Amino acid sequence: MLTIFLQFLFSGLTVGAVYALVGMGFNIIYNATSIINLAQGEFVVIGGLMMWFFTDSLHLPFFQSVLLTLLTAGLVGLLMERLTIKPLKSTDLLLMIMITISVSIVLRGILSFKFGKDPYGYPAFTEGEPFELGGAIIQQQTLWVIGITALCIVLLFLFYNKTIIGKAMRACAFDTTAAQLVGINVSQMVMISFVLSAIVGAVGGIAITPISLMEYDKGPMLAVKGFCAAIMGGLGRGRGAVIGGFIIGILESMTAGYIHSGLKDAVALIILLLVLYLRPAGILGSSAAARLRRF
Amino acid sequence: MNRGNALVLLAVLGIVVALPFISSSSYIITIGVFAGINALIAIGLCILMGYAGQVSLGQAGFYGIGAYVSSVLSQQYGLPVLAGTFAAMIVAALASVVLAVPSLRLKGHYLAVATLSFGEIINIILNEWGPGGPSGFGDIPRFEIAGYSFDSTESYFYLVWGFVAVVIIFSFNVINSRTGRALRAMHGSELASKAMGLDITALKIKVFILSAVYASLAGSLYAHYVTFISPGSFTLFYSILVLMMAVIGGITNLWGAVAGAVLITILPELLRSFEEFDVLVYGLILTLCLMFFRKGLVPLLIERVRMIRGALARN
Amino acid sequence: MKKAYLSMAFLLSLLTSVFAFSANCMAAEPYKIGAIFSVTGAASFLGEPEKNAALMLQDQINTAGGINGHQVEVIIEDSKSDETQAVLAAKKLIERDGVLAIIGPSTTGESMALVPIMNGAKTPLISCATGAGITQPVAERHWIFKVAQYDFSVAEALFTYMKKHGITKVGILTITTGYGDAGKKALMETAPKYGITIVADERYGPKDSDMTTQLTKVKAAGAQAVINWSVGPGQVVVTKNWYALKMGIPLYQSHGWGSKKNIELAGKAAEGVISPLGRIVVWDKLPDRQPQKSLLKKFTQDYEARFKNEPGTFGGHARDSFEMVIEALRKVGPDRSKIRDYIETKIRKWPGTGGIFNMSSHDHCGLDKDAFEMVMVKNGDWTLIK
Repeated sequence: MLTIFLQFLFSGLTVGAVYALVGMGFNIIYNATSIINLAQGEFVVIGGLMMWFFTDSLHLPFFQSVLLTLLTAGLVGLLMERLTIKPLKSTDLLLMIMITISVSIVLRGILSFKFGKDPYGYPAFTEGEPFELGGAIIQQQTLWVIGITALCIVLLFLFYNKTIIGKAMRACAFDTTAAQLVGINVSQMVMISFVLSAIVGAVGGIAITPISLMEYDKGPMLAVKGFCAAIMGGLGRGRGAVIGGFIIGILESMTAGYIHSGLKDAVALIILLLVLYLRPAGILGSSAAARLRRF
Repeated sequence: MNRGNALVLLAVLGIVVALPFISSSSYIITIGVFAGINALIAIGLCILMGYAGQVSLGQAGFYGIGAYVSSVLSQQYGLPVLAGTFAAMIVAALASVVLAVPSLRLKGHYLAVATLSFGEIINIILNEWGPGGPSGFGDIPRFEIAGYSFDSTESYFYLVWGFVAVVIIFSFNVINSRTGRALRAMHGSELASKAMGLDITALKIKVFILSAVYASLAGSLYAHYVTFISPGSFTLFYSILVLMMAVIGGITNLWGAVAGAVLITILPELLRSFEEFDVLVYGLILTLCLMFFRKGLVPLLIERVRMIRGALARN
Repeated sequence: MKKAYLSMAFLLSLLTSVFAFSANCMAAEPYKIGAIFSVTGAASFLGEPEKNAALMLQDQINTAGGINGHQVEVIIEDSKSDETQAVLAAKKLIERDGVLAIIGPSTTGESMALVPIMNGAKTPLISCATGAGITQPVAERHWIFKVAQYDFSVAEALFTYMKKHGITKVGILTITTGYGDAGKKALMETAPKYGITIVADERYGPKDSDMTTQLTKVKAAGAQAVINWSVGPGQVVVTKNWYALKMGIPLYQSHGWGSKKNIELAGKAAEGVISPLGRIVVWDKLPDRQPQKSLLKKFTQDYEARFKNEPGTFGGHARDSFEMVIEALRKVGPDRSKIRDYIETKIRKWPGTGGIFNMSSHDHCGLDKDAFEMVMVKNGDWTLIK
């Protein structure tokens, strides 16, 4: 009984970690701009596919590939921001969100062109038998995904709290005008937020591909789950997205395990709705702060 | 509705009536059928978002309810299609209340996710328990009113746009009524409208019901045209598509919804010659439209017309 | 003088022959065949090889001179895996392009949506999708055919093998799309006929990343084997999860498993996985006298040379539907009704990639469980098993 429960739990942790990473990516851009970037899923896909490209197609060593992949993703984020977000200088958030959707369509078109419709994979970071814990197995790559998620949390925390740029970005989130008044280049902060968010997304893609493979159209599903994770945890709260992601992942797994696997997504969504109805600003969110934001 | 809008309505109806005579191509008329169906949902979204300031990423759910309920009632229970359609609208209305009541406190992104979740849950229910499950089912009777079955594509085209005309007239009346003004007040500032004594709760529920009912009607029309439905047509992807139609057309103007629906329905057809690039070009065109028609195509046109008239008047 | 006359005569004859040649070309209108495939969207891994196969075959036929002097033009439309788009594509092909027949679509849902249109337009449809409802009831499918095997044939092949190996309790995993649902229904209906009970019925979505939960439930229910019915990356994920869990019971896959890519991606996890596959995947393991072998070999090698990828089962379906139309065209000419009649009555003992077809007035598919070979993955390659 315990073994089965643990197995369900580990499965939930595996998928939850990915949702967490995607959710964190959402928060980075949201914090700097109040925009929800629905192309976030595509950054994850870019991470996975480009990593395959560098390791399998160009046969580059692991760390080089990771670096190049993150660079590529960051570049895409940069281009997206400079070409579509910056020129608009718009406060119409609905419009900006729709633009991120149309950009995601363009990105998917480019990815399908370069990579086709096939799934791609590459070996796990460490080869070896899965670990056994209480009779249940947990794959080594899953531990890597969870570990990398934890590392991202720590790095982002340090970034936001200990570096000037990070603190400047937080200032933008509180009040753009005040930030400008103290000399922060808001436009640059927006650009950095897109680049950073793309990199975090790509990290998720690199980590998850050995487990679940990657195709050109995995983006939208990841984006929706990540968005839900971010909302459940409270938009703008980095740790909230992580909690939200793991909750959704574990809920899906437990529902599939104990109730009915066809309903797993539905139950997770119902719980999300309940959370929103009871705490309209998310688990860690502050409703006062949510009311103050423009959107 | 005012004179300007009445004129536009007449012009649109004129085009609709004339189209089957101008083009004998069933292909083009079919595009027109789907454009009209999409327009119905887009109009509902327009009122919900442009006038009442809410947001919904779950319209596909109500679209699906409309399709499934009227199909099942007419195919399996022998109900007349029209009755089935009305029954579906009632179910959709009830479902929208279930969505709206708890969502009253939610705003912006949170409301978007709540409606998204709702739409997805409906899709999952249809996938699990709808007749045929994910495979869907067919042999759905064509739409019929008082014994007349709309079998030909041309007749269905008139049927759909007939409904669009009715819905437009009704919607303009709503917008220009007390309720409409109350909606716009609520959009402007919820706090102020509450202070003025408006029942925000009732208003929100009403507007959600309205948009859900429009979507349900569209769903029924869809089902009884294609005569085969499966849950794959009623997904988040479609909710976003309809949202795109409303935004590109202009959510502050009902005609924007119609224009956006027509544009986005026609666009993939125009891009067929691009073959494998069609998705890419489609995305680029959408991006450019959004960037250049910021307030929407129709409001932009109206602005341009006003500028020209103003310039003419000055001279 | 003589030289001038000679050169004049030469020039004249040259001009005449050029004229005659071009007049001939202009007179012979191309035969138009429509094709609707899910090149983009959720079923794009079906539509892409189908489209490629159709293009390649069109070029091959035209290079060889076409049919009776007529070039063949395949007009391919992308249905984007969406029924509405499939409907629009069909209408466009029928009216704008005046096609003689339509091959495809790639999915059952889209095929179903086209049934009333094709019947109404009296134009043959040769679908590449599997659903039984596409060609049944035959009385209402006068113009509709399909070249993909029935799902219940797959189930029969699976259960025949399992029964031989003494398996009585089976757990199934299906994907929550039309493909998986049709498989689930086929498995559920066919199992009792072989004395097999389905002890677990689990599901997962097309983009899910981990299925250990579903597999754990199958094991806990006491299954002696697990069947996974899906196409796309899910097959590989299930295989890897099955391997990691060390389930101790064999894994069977549906016929969607037939792609070397799956073995590649699953790595050593794929060892021992069994599935009924269309012969196109294992053509090189077939005895030479097998009637399908030579056409499978030619098609596969041509496809791989041009597209650097294997055509797989789905590319094969496109080939079969295309070749049926071509053969009909050759024999009866550009007449939709005659093409339809030809396919229904003359496609007998017809070797294709999907199997040996026997179309008839009560079966517009013409394949049964003998269309499959039972195949196991051994040492990273396919092996025929009994």
